[in-house]
Amino acid sequence: MPMPNAQPWPVAALQTAVALLGVALLGAVLIAVLGYNPWAAFAGLAEGSLGTERGLAATVRKTAPFVLTGLSVALALKAGLFNFGAAGQFLMGSVGAVWVGIQFQGLPVWFHLPLALAVGIGSGSAWGTIPGWLKVSTGAHEGITTIMLNYVAALFAGWSVFAGSSLSTTRPGPLWDPTSGPVSASPDVLVSARIPWILGPPLRIHWGIALALLTALLMWWLLERTRFGFELKTVGAKPLAARYAGMRSGWTTVLAMTWAGGLAGLAGAIETLGVNHKFAPEFGGGMGFEGITIALLGQGHPLGIVLAALLFAVLDAGASKMQFNSGVPSDIIQVVQALILIFVAAPALATWLLDRVSRTQRASAAAAGLRA
Amino acid sequence: MNSAPVTGRVGLRHQSAGIRRNMPQPVLEVRGITKHFPGVVANRNIDLDLSPGEILAVLGENGAGKSTLMNIIYGLHPPTSGSIRVGGRRLECRSPRDAIAAGIAMVHQDFQLVPTMTVLENIVLGVETTRRGVLDPATAERDVDELCQRFGGQLDINLQAVIDDLPVGMRQRVEIVKALYRGARILILDEPTAVLTPQETGSLFQIMRGLRNQGTGIIFITHKLKEVPDVADRIVVLRQGAVVGHARPGATTEQALATMMVGRVPSLTVPKTTVVPGPPMLEVDNLTVHRDDGTIAVDRISFEVNQGEILGLAGVQGNGQTELIGALTGLRPVSSGTVRLNGRDTTQVSARRVGRAGGTGHIPEDRHTHGTVESFSVAQNLVLNLCNRPPFARWGLLRLEAIRAHARRKVADFDIRTTSLEQPLGSLSGGNQQKLVVAREMRDGLQLLIASQPTRGVDMGSVEFIHHQIVQQRNTGRAVLLASYDMDEILALADRIAVMFEGRLIGLFPAAQVDRNRLGLLMSGIPA
Amino acid sequence: MAAFTQSTARFAAGLPLLLLAGAFLVEYAPFADIQPIRMLFGASILNFALRATVPLILGALGGILCERSGIVNIGIEGMMLAGAFAAFVAKTATNHWALGPSLLLGTCATLLTGAAMGLLHALFCLRFGMHQIISGTALILLSMGISATFFDRDAVAVGKFAPWPVPLLSEWPVIGPLLFNKPPITYAALLIVAVVGFALAHTRWGLRTRAIGEHPRAADTAGVAVLRLRYLNTALGGALAGLGGGYLVLEAVGQFQEGMTAGRGFIALAAMIFGNWHPVGALGASLLFGYAQAVQNELLLAQVTVLPRHFVAMIPYLVTVIAVSGLVGRVRAPGSLGQPYRRETET
Repeated sequence: MPMPNAQPWPVAALQTAVALLGVALLGAVLIAVLGYNPWAAFAGLAEGSLGTERGLAATVRKTAPFVLTGLSVALALKAGLFNFGAAGQFLMGSVGAVWVGIQFQGLPVWFHLPLALAVGIGSGSAWGTIPGWLKVSTGAHEGITTIMLNYVAALFAGWSVFAGSSLSTTRPGPLWDPTSGPVSASPDVLVSARIPWILGPPLRIHWGIALALLTALLMWWLLERTRFGFELKTVGAKPLAARYAGMRSGWTTVLAMTWAGGLAGLAGAIETLGVNHKFAPEFGGGMGFEGITIALLGQGHPLGIVLAALLFAVLDAGASKMQFNSGVPSDIIQVVQALILIFVAAPALATWLLDRVSRTQRASAAAAGLRA
Repeated sequence: MNSAPVTGRVGLRHQSAGIRRNMPQPVLEVRGITKHFPGVVANRNIDLDLSPGEILAVLGENGAGKSTLMNIIYGLHPPTSGSIRVGGRRLECRSPRDAIAAGIAMVHQDFQLVPTMTVLENIVLGVETTRRGVLDPATAERDVDELCQRFGGQLDINLQAVIDDLPVGMRQRVEIVKALYRGARILILDEPTAVLTPQETGSLFQIMRGLRNQGTGIIFITHKLKEVPDVADRIVVLRQGAVVGHARPGATTEQALATMMVGRVPSLTVPKTTVVPGPPMLEVDNLTVHRDDGTIAVDRISFEVNQGEILGLAGVQGNGQTELIGALTGLRPVSSGTVRLNGRDTTQVSARRVGRAGGTGHIPEDRHTHGTVESFSVAQNLVLNLCNRPPFARWGLLRLEAIRAHARRKVADFDIRTTSLEQPLGSLSGGNQQKLVVAREMRDGLQLLIASQPTRGVDMGSVEFIHHQIVQQRNTGRAVLLASYDMDEILALADRIAVMFEGRLIGLFPAAQVDRNRLGLLMSGIPA
Repeated sequence: MAAFTQSTARFAAGLPLLLLAGAFLVEYAPFADIQPIRMLFGASILNFALRATVPLILGALGGILCERSGIVNIGIEGMMLAGAFAAFVAKTATNHWALGPSLLLGTCATLLTGAAMGLLHALFCLRFGMHQIISGTALILLSMGISATFFDRDAVAVGKFAPWPVPLLSEWPVIGPLLFNKPPITYAALLIVAVVGFALAHTRWGLRTRAIGEHPRAADTAGVAVLRLRYLNTALGGALAGLGGGYLVLEAVGQFQEGMTAGRGFIALAAMIFGNWHPVGALGASLLFGYAQAVQNELLLAQVTVLPRHFVAMIPYLVTVIAVSGLVGRVRAPGSLGQPYRRETET
């Protein structure tokens, strides 16, 4: 199946702008239909994410995992693979990082933190490698296996911090914190494994964002300047040409999923070691399908992905303020995200819609002119 | 390249009106058809008439706009302007359905058959007979049998066979029956002879004459000059999307038609110097290769290719050539036998190793599926299979300067028409894409060139250029294995000719000992 | 489909026979008191298996109609969720009606919503040139978002479909209660398997559907309206997938929860592939996956403590992964699957 094509960047930027305009328009209509004031909603969204110090901090904090999951999906997509498994890889990364982070009292920061990050990346990689390997060795479509493994990962992560049950004799999970009582959660990560603050509480911005931006740069370099990147793109664009050119396409496919899993795993590690400082099952929410939308919205380019992640962070950070200010249920953000995906993946749709709107406006203006 | 226009040099254009006067009312009238594709004018202001019971040959080289014109008549492409009349009534042709309803049928160059379905299913598809909502294969079968009997065995097919299992010639027969089953008054045959041996072509022509005698009008599209006089009643020549001349067989010469087609006096032969072949470069001994489905594709084949020699591998498509070349280039595993390159055993090496050894260049059979990546730049495509080694990569990093320098040199040396090295390959013309593949494979340190269908689907200028380059390689002492379904290409270039039939090598001769007729018989599996 | 007649058919027929044989054993054999056998073949697990199978086979049929005409449908999950939500909305809005009409309206709503989702998928893919996998993903996101936004968490649906015993047949031992004393959507699902299977093989619609899925250009040149048929089949498929979701609300659970399809759409997709894109094969595969869910359920009910419940709950998902991984060379996707069809390709 042909992948969405890369466009020259001015065209891509214009298309994206038009798509986002279309989404904003449709979103406003939807909010109005629901009986709320679109302007109040947009204003609340902006205020909650950009208008206050805390909101801005939340936006920055949220950007890091969005960048990384977006990169994860984009990298796989370059190799012609659909990584629906970012959610599971994210969870495995979280669990792996916490597993290291809650033990080894007394290790220096310069060793403990990188170790925890590395184990987080490794866990995500391992989880990503499975569907890649299955695809190459058995032809199992990664779209199905990654989703199934998301559920498995969620259950595994849930078990790891499971508090046990009075109903059965099931033992608590290995990472469960006995001091938390009946709550399923891990103990706090040791200070030596936490990502240091750029700005401490109450803003809580940590160096993870820098790490994410650096990773984006690294990925650009990997794709554009290395032989592996060239082979990966060839395998993604045309597997038969890769075979003809003597590239190891199976190997490249597996490795692409390993890298993709590692990126999502790093996102999980950053969230646990930088923000939450522990793991609880509910921290894994989302992060799967968002990655797909971010990757496409960013046109697969690392810089575009950073910008797309920023937009998603704004939506995420501003949602509750929007609900508070305008009454629009914050769940509508999910609809908006779906609309973004639709409009970005079908530029023709946005153009068609805007064309329609302008035509109706012109028609109504003409009608008004006639009446006057 | 196209200097002075030579429209109607044979001077027959003014006669066409006269010809038409003796004919009955035309069944098909094409008036002023123009077709724009983004950036290209494929057809400009084309007029065409077809009478019932007439075979009209439409002659033109690849890219002249023949197929586009036929696709317009058949409703696959809407014309930019112009009109089509069938039996005097204007045809509003928005889809093939309209064309079929008007009595037009078309046999496409790449057969339009569903490979997993049976012959009968393919024939009835779109015009099914049903009884109470359920398909009625018995009635359909009776109707088809009746139809085939009118041709006294020339069109016999096993209706229950699955298309995938049929040889190419049979598939064409299915296409023709499919057209007849739809009650076609006008039959368009797009390059029907491209995949046939001369003997099969002969029987196709018999069928065509039979149809003509029953009143069907036939448009016969071809770029093969030699066939036209055998079967056509009238000839129209297309060049660069426009009609450039009319002719009648018998009143014109091959040379004159070729000149009209190409727009200048073409060289119909490739100049070759005499070279004394050196020691063998490629030795193939008792080689057996299987297809993906486990059947034998190459059956105990032995031959060698010497330095300074072109070995032509002739045969009808699907007789094991693709698999043989796959095995030689490491893309397909060898089941048994040995392959030696320059004395070294390379039987089981992978494509990666063949590439790394660097001595073998491989122009793949189909550049679209194997040889190129359309979304990549010209420069990237020129190193597609070279980027895993110095000077284009070191320590896993790409060396962009070396890649660009290489691209600049190849683009200049091989006359690849491109606006920049960064242009996506997909925006180049077919001929230029093919030249790019040829340029990449004629690499430094080349020992053996394996060229599979090196000129399929490219314009005549590019064909001449590529042929010249291949002969050049031979002249400088390289070994060349040339596989082609086009017997004329083999005859024009090869020093020795090997013929494959059903996986076996059924003949290996010096080129001087074989003529067209004998080669055709060999390709049909008849050892002479 | 030579591949179908061999392994898939054997499997599709074999699994139900095996389960039925087990059920008879439990009923009549002297060693029926052995706990594991009772657990694996008892009435409870087999009934649960069938209940879990119905949404899967409906989802898989939805996938088959779509993919046999050449359009990838990874959005079954979204179509099912939308169908479930529509059923719930229609049911709760008509709680004050008599149960029958209210449920009928719910069924209509679920079918229409599913069809609308299918039509949207076709529109995205065929009219606006969206990548088919991405369009499917968008449908999932869209139905998740819409159902979450509009879900009235206080609403309660009153009543659900009750079993309709088939006269006489339902009296049969073992088979009767298992197969002939079921609510209507279950019957409908099994009937639709037969209808689609027959229609694909023996009707004009089926022949044309197979043709446009394998080689749309050949079908087009033979006079088949490729795009029109693709729209039709995608909408029909969407309706069936939607019914699979509606089944959860109207017949199985009786209520709606956010994300209630819980990956069933993807398991249905796996069932379609495992069943080699054939309705009967997909039924066998759905039964396998449904049975895996039932085993999980029985183990949890039985409080098996050897394994933590989390690991027991992984069983259906792991079985799905193993199933789609064990298929090398055994299944063959429709030839044009995922490739957009355009008439004008040459330049």
